[in-house]
Parts: sequence; C-alpha cells; structure tokens
Amino acid sequence: MTQIKTQYNRRSFIKVSAAAGGGMLIGFSWLNGCKPNTPEPEPGVAVPNEWFEINGYIKIGDTGKVTIYSPNPEIGQNVRTSMPMIVAEELDVPWENVIVEQAPLNTGWYQNQFAGGSLSIRLSWNALRMAGATGKRMLMEAAAKEWGLQVSDLAASEGIIKESNGERTISYGEIASKAVGLEVPEEVELKAVKDFKLIGTSQKNVDGKKIVTGEPLFGLDFHRESMQLAVIQHPPAFGMKVKDFNEDEIKGMPGVHDAFIVDTSFEDSDRFDEKGFLQLITIVGNSIWELLQAKKALKANYETVGELESSGMHSKRLEKALVSGEVQESRKDGNPDAAFKKAAKVIERTYTAPFIAHNTLEPMNFFANVTEDSAELIGPTQTPEALEGSVSKLLGLPLENVTVNMTRIGGGFGRRLYVHFGVEAAAISKKIGGPVKLMYTREDDMTQGTYRPTYRSVYKAGLDQNNNLIAFTVKGAGLPEGPVFPNRFPAGTVENYSAEKIKSETNVTTGAWRAPRSNFTAGAEQAFLDEVAEAAGKDPIDFRLELFDRAINDPVGEEHEYEAERYAGVLKLVKEKANWGKTEPGVHRGVAAYFCHSTYVAEVFDIVLENDNPVVQKVWCAVDCGIVVNKDAAKNMIEGGVIDGIGHSMYSQLTFENGAPEQMNFDSYQLIRHSQAPKEIEVFFVENEIDPTGLGEPGLPPAIGALANALYKAKGMGHYHQPFISEKQIVG
Amino acid sequence: MANFTLNINGTKQEMDVDPATPMLWVLRDHLKLVGTKYGCGIAQCGACTIHLGDNAVRSCQLPVSAVAEQKITTIEGLSENGDHPVQKAWLEVDVPQCGYCQAGQIMTASALLEKNPNPSDTEIETAMNGNICRCGTYTRIKKAVKLAASSKNV
Ligand code: FES
Ligand code: FES
Repeated sequence: MTQIKTQYNRRSFIKVSAAAGGGMLIGFSWLNGCKPNTPEPEPGVAVPNEWFEINGYIKIGDTGKVTIYSPNPEIGQNVRTSMPMIVAEELDVPWENVIVEQAPLNTGWYQNQFAGGSLSIRLSWNALRMAGATGKRMLMEAAAKEWGLQVSDLAASEGIIKESNGERTISYGEIASKAVGLEVPEEVELKAVKDFKLIGTSQKNVDGKKIVTGEPLFGLDFHRESMQLAVIQHPPAFGMKVKDFNEDEIKGMPGVHDAFIVDTSFEDSDRFDEKGFLQLITIVGNSIWELLQAKKALKANYETVGELESSGMHSKRLEKALVSGEVQESRKDGNPDAAFKKAAKVIERTYTAPFIAHNTLEPMNFFANVTEDSAELIGPTQTPEALEGSVSKLLGLPLENVTVNMTRIGGGFGRRLYVHFGVEAAAISKKIGGPVKLMYTREDDMTQGTYRPTYRSVYKAGLDQNNNLIAFTVKGAGLPEGPVFPNRFPAGTVENYSAEKIKSETNVTTGAWRAPRSNFTAGAEQAFLDEVAEAAGKDPIDFRLELFDRAINDPVGEEHEYEAERYAGVLKLVKEKANWGKTEPGVHRGVAAYFCHSTYVAEVFDIVLENDNPVVQKVWCAVDCGIVVNKDAAKNMIEGGVIDGIGHSMYSQLTFENGAPEQMNFDSYQLIRHSQAPKEIEVFFVENEIDPTGLGEPGLPPAIGALANALYKAKGMGHYHQPFISEKQIVG
Repeated sequence: MANFTLNINGTKQEMDVDPATPMLWVLRDHLKLVGTKYGCGIAQCGACTIHLGDNAVRSCQLPVSAVAEQKITTIEGLSENGDHPVQKAWLEVDVPQCGYCQAGQIMTASALLEKNPNPSDTEIETAMNGNICRCGTYTRIKKAVKLAASSKNV
C-alpha cells in the first residue's frame, strides 16, 4: 500500500456537504421518463430505501448498493464504466452492487470534467483512487467508533468490514449512515497495483442495456414539458453573413411559432468558442418535420464579408507556406544541408491531407432554459466548464447562475470541445423566453464544422554508403496549424535533423479532430520511413528498432518527447504477435508505430487485393498505455481508432468551392462502412505498472501509416495524398 | 393534417399529423419513442432503421401516410425485456462505443436474421452496409450478428 495525501481538507469537506445537502447531485431520471418496458431486477443487492452521501463521488445505500458518480462526459470512450471501476477498486465493493450516475458540472469538487486529449483517465487516476480510498477509510472509521476500536484493528474488503482479531463484521450498507459527516481523512492508503481485483478485468459497459433497448440517453433524446424545438440556417459559405430572410412568409408556415435572426456573439471568446457564423436564422416550433419544411422555404440574403475560399486556393496557400510561411516551432540538430550533400542516396516525398469533418453520428444539439437570472443547459458537451463560461459571458450572468448537465454523447472526436451550439441554444432560449432544444440537421452539422485542417508536409532523408540514416528533415504546413512535432520521433535518432512547423491562414473554422495533427503526421512519417528503409535495403521493423537503439544509447540533441524503450517495446510485441516476416502469398503487409497522448501503439496490417480493391484482412495492435483499467473496453477503443484511421485516410474529404463545403451529407461525404472494415483486429497490451494513459486517440494515427505501407506493397506505388481512394499522383 | 391509426410495438396509436411526416419524426416528436435515431435524413446512415412488417426500413424516408395497417416495430418494442437474441449478443460482445448508431444496427441485424438465420460474412456486410457506425464498431457488430445467429439456431 502507498500512503498518499488526499489533498482534501476541511474546506473541501464543506463543499461535499453542500453538494449532498444542496441538491446539486441531481439524479438523471428525467431521461428515463418514456420507457415502455418494465425494467428487469438489477443484479447484486436490493435497491435501498435510504442513501447516504459519503463524498462527492460515492453514495451508499442501506442495502449495500453503491452509487458512483462518473464526473466526465461520456463520448463513447467508456469512462462511465472505467472511471467508477477505479473508485470501486479502492472503495473495495463488489462491482455488481455498483450503479453509475453522471455527475453534473461541479468545479468545486471534481477535477478536469473534460473529455479530450485522451485525458479523462490520465488526469483523474489519482483523484478517483483517492475518492474510493477516502470513502473506505470513512466507513472503517465509523465502524471503529461503533465497536470502540481503532481503524488499524479492522480490515475491509468487498463491502464488508471485519474485526481483525474477532468475529464481528458489518457491511458498508449497515454502517454508511454513521459515516456521513465524518471528516474527510487527510491521508489514506491506496492499494498496491498487484492487489487490484477490478482494475485490469473486463467489465461490460454500464449503459449497454439502455443502449440496446433504445432508452433516452442522448442530448437529442432530452425532453421537457413546454419545451420548444429550434432549427437554424447558417450562411452557405465561410466568409458570408446573414442579412435578412422572408420572415413573414416563414412565420406563417404550419407549425412555426417564431422565426428570427439570433446573434450569438459576445466579448472575450476563447478557443472553445470557435465557430463559423455568429448570426443565424432561427425557426422555432413543436415539430422537427414542420421546422424542416419551413427551413426549405427560406429565402435568405447573405452578404460577403470575407474571402470565399476554394480547395485549389488552399493547396496553393500550403505550397507557398512551405516556402515562405511563418515557422511556429522548430528544431535543428547537426547540419542537415551539409549531410544531404554528402549522402549517397536522398529521398524526398510530399504528403497531403484534406479538411475533414467530425461527423459525430448524433448531430450538434443542446437544451437551454434561460430566465431573467439563470441559465440551465443540458446536452452533449465534451467541455461543460467552457460552455458554462461562454454562456455566462453571452448572458452577462455570474457563473454560479449557469448550470450545465451532461447527457450521453453520440460521438465526440473533438467536435464537442467547441461549445457554440450550447451557446446558440442559450441565445435562442433567451430570445423566446422559454425552454428550447436546438437541433442541427446533418447538413448544418457538416457545413458549420470545426474541421481537421488541411495539411502538406515534405519529408527528406539522406543515407550514406553503408545505408545509415545520416539526415532527416520535415517541413509541414497546415491551414492554420502546421502538422509537425519537432521533438517527437525521429528527433534524437538522427545526427543531422531538422523539423519546421509552419502556419498558414484560412477563414474556414478548424479545431481538434481525434488525435490532432498526429492523425496526419503518423501516416506521412511512417510511410516515408518505409521508403527510406527500402532504399537502405532494411526490414522496416529492424530499421526502426535501430533508430530507437540510437535514442536509447546515444540520443542526439538535448531531449525528445518519447521513451524509446516503450516505443521499441510495442514494435517488438506486434512483431511477435503478427509473426512478422511470414506472410501467405497474395497477402501484403505494412507496419507503423506512433506515440501520442502519452500512449505507444504499433500496428501491422495485412491486406489482399480483390479485383484490385484493397481489403484489410487482419490488423494486429500492440499498445502501451500503462495500466489497463477495463481491458475489453480498451480493446474496443483501439479497434475503433484503427477503423476510423482507415476510413478517413481512405475515403473522406471535405472540399470547398467559393467558401462553401461541397459535401453536405453522407451521400457525397464518404465514411467507412461495414464491408470496408478489417475482417479481424487483435489488440495486445504491454503489461506494466505505469499510471494509465489515454486510449481514445492513439489507436488511430499508426493505422494510417500501416495501411499506406501495406498498400505500397500491394500496389507497388506510394500513397501520398489522402483520401487514398482518389489518389492520382504516383509520386508526390 | 390528417388522422392516422398506427400499430406501433403492438399498441394502436391515434394521431393527427401532416401525412408527409416521416415515421422518424412521428416516433420521436409525437410519440416520444426516441430510441430510433436521426443521423442523416436521406437514407444514408441507417440510424433511423425500424421494422415495417418484417422488413428493415429507413424511417426517415417512410411517410406516415404509407404505413396504413402495417405493423411497426421500433427498438423499444423489439423484445419485452431487452432479451432478443440480437440484443443479448450485442451485450455479450459489448459492442457499443457512443451507442448512437446501435439501435439502427440492431434493427437491421434482427431483420436480416429473421430472413436468413445463417448469413455468411459477405451477406452480413451487404445487409449491414447501409448502417454507418462513426465510432467504428464494425468488427464487433459482425461478431455479435454471428453470435446471435448461432444462439438462435440452438
Ligand atoms: S436518418 Fe434515416 S438513414 Fe440516416
Ligand atoms: S457506436 Fe458511435 S456511431 Fe456506432
């Protein structure tokens, strides 16, 4: 066991009591109002008559049932199961007695109620363990008092407290009422990793049953009596603004209660307020179908207030930026120019990727109820705190008068880090003076995005006579941010190295998209390294391992951002699992490894050609994310990352003409489908005792590299320009 | 507006709506049966899949006026207690990530297995190709469909 300071003190205890007594930990029963089925009896112990708040994460019922609040937004990364598992481990209760509820935004008690950057578990690991451990400690203190003993005379496990030198036992449920109000201990003991019973097992999604029976869970499913519905219309192109529309005609249409232009601008906006259009035509009513008819009948005038950009223009801008753009970050070791002059072989390749949309399957939506002095927001957000701040700025209300509650989220991928749709709902609610749920159509969602930027990078490598890599350079530009991480691999492995991250400009709104920049960089770099290995006459895995040896034994430069041993570790693991070096005839194999969001992933792809079409037969993944909390769910995340990587690099792109996105729905914007998914994916984890790191993003980037490398083998040509399906150029 | 009597999940429902209203919005807005999801509105994503009689259909393309006497089943009515073999297989394989597409996937899969209790991999892919899963749970979905098929056949 490890002794650890809880970081709780008297003050935080007061906050806990306030949370418990002041009704802040509200139940989310409002989402379950319209379920026709009678629920099956729950597993584990009976439903309690009385509940006792132990701390902001834990409530214990008189029967021993335990409610654990999951603090973070659930976007499909399964934190509503894995976060409570961590609490339950340290609290030491049987998992079948645990019920999970979504906590509201409460910055006084929880830390980092944020779903992004694969950070949920990483940042909350200690806080969740401490919440469980303090709960256990308080229950033990209550039992000790009851029996006139010291806590050190007791042991607790599986929800039962025992007297170490005696016969007496008492369950958490029986003692819970006495633990309420005890002071939160300032020091508790955490379990040793080897004593984990729950962490590291596979537990099913706590919402599985609700999902497969269609219970209301998502923002779009939210309903409240007297709530109205709203749809919006934004300008067709970036660089345009709404001027006016046929208001009278629209207001007279069936089912339309109101129609107006809503202004959602406010001072002091920050990066989570990124949005394309500040003024929106809004139509309010009771039936989405009627609102959609009214939307179709809109005749609006727009004015051009900025440049109307096209994809051709974007490519030129990127090319130009690579020559003369502003360098945002860079690194240089040795003298690459001189080394290239000496090199026996020089290889140079250019890689590009288009803008892509997030396309969460649940389109943007939010519920808002704004009154004179308060605002209540309910819906799918990855950043409830940012939304609270923005709504408070928009309405000029103090933060404490704004509440944000989180529903389950039908996909995030970074899209719901941005809060404009919640802000828009608040502005509409204020305007109509009542509760409203705003819904984007798919077209609204796809054409007012915070897109993955378009990128262009040039990689160059020099080999000496003995096929040693003596120089490596990369220059990458993006609209707006460049896709280069100067201190990541291969920094530290090559004597003469330079990396330049270059920015350019666009008025198309962009933002974080699952594994920002890594989602492009990994594919480009790993595909490039395979060509360099080929030119050097080396096996791709051996070639990479040689570079990691250099970083381990004699690193170049002051520092680099990865642990070479762990990087090499996943490559070795995937090599063994995939039986690297042995393939059936007609099977083409590619490998890639990448490190981002503190996690290392290596993947091997086997593809075959059917009528010249590539089919991914099997994918092996080796992952080092430290301690794995929920094994099968962790595999699910990696599988999803692999499929997402294949899908977007192979099929998806958003192009622009005169400022307008040319794809507006899934008929023209291709997403990967069943028949295009790999036939099999196997995921393996490196076992260690390192604190857990993220899983939401790291599975995706290497998939693009491994796919490109397998395609190279299959087709005998490189794949440099995403989406690969429309690849025309043979060499970039 | 016009009056319709619909047979939904075994219950008769009376309503007065615009005859062109797609079943998707009748279910979601008028009946508050929100298990059926909106994803694209143009028959491309499958999130809105329901059963019309024994067939899986896209409810975003099905006007209420075209339904008449035909039986409609939504995810809420697929089984009494969430114990349809396809639902059980989904839980066993722990398919969902965000979960948003899954009602549609399950409705397509259950209709497929009614017609073809032993589908091949290719038949599963063909039948399910209209159902997008943005989170990429495709390999698990296929596993679950096969598991449901094998459990139905015992
Ligand atoms: S909403 Fe009907 S197919 Fe997408
Ligand atoms: S589970 Fe998220 S779209 Fe399928």
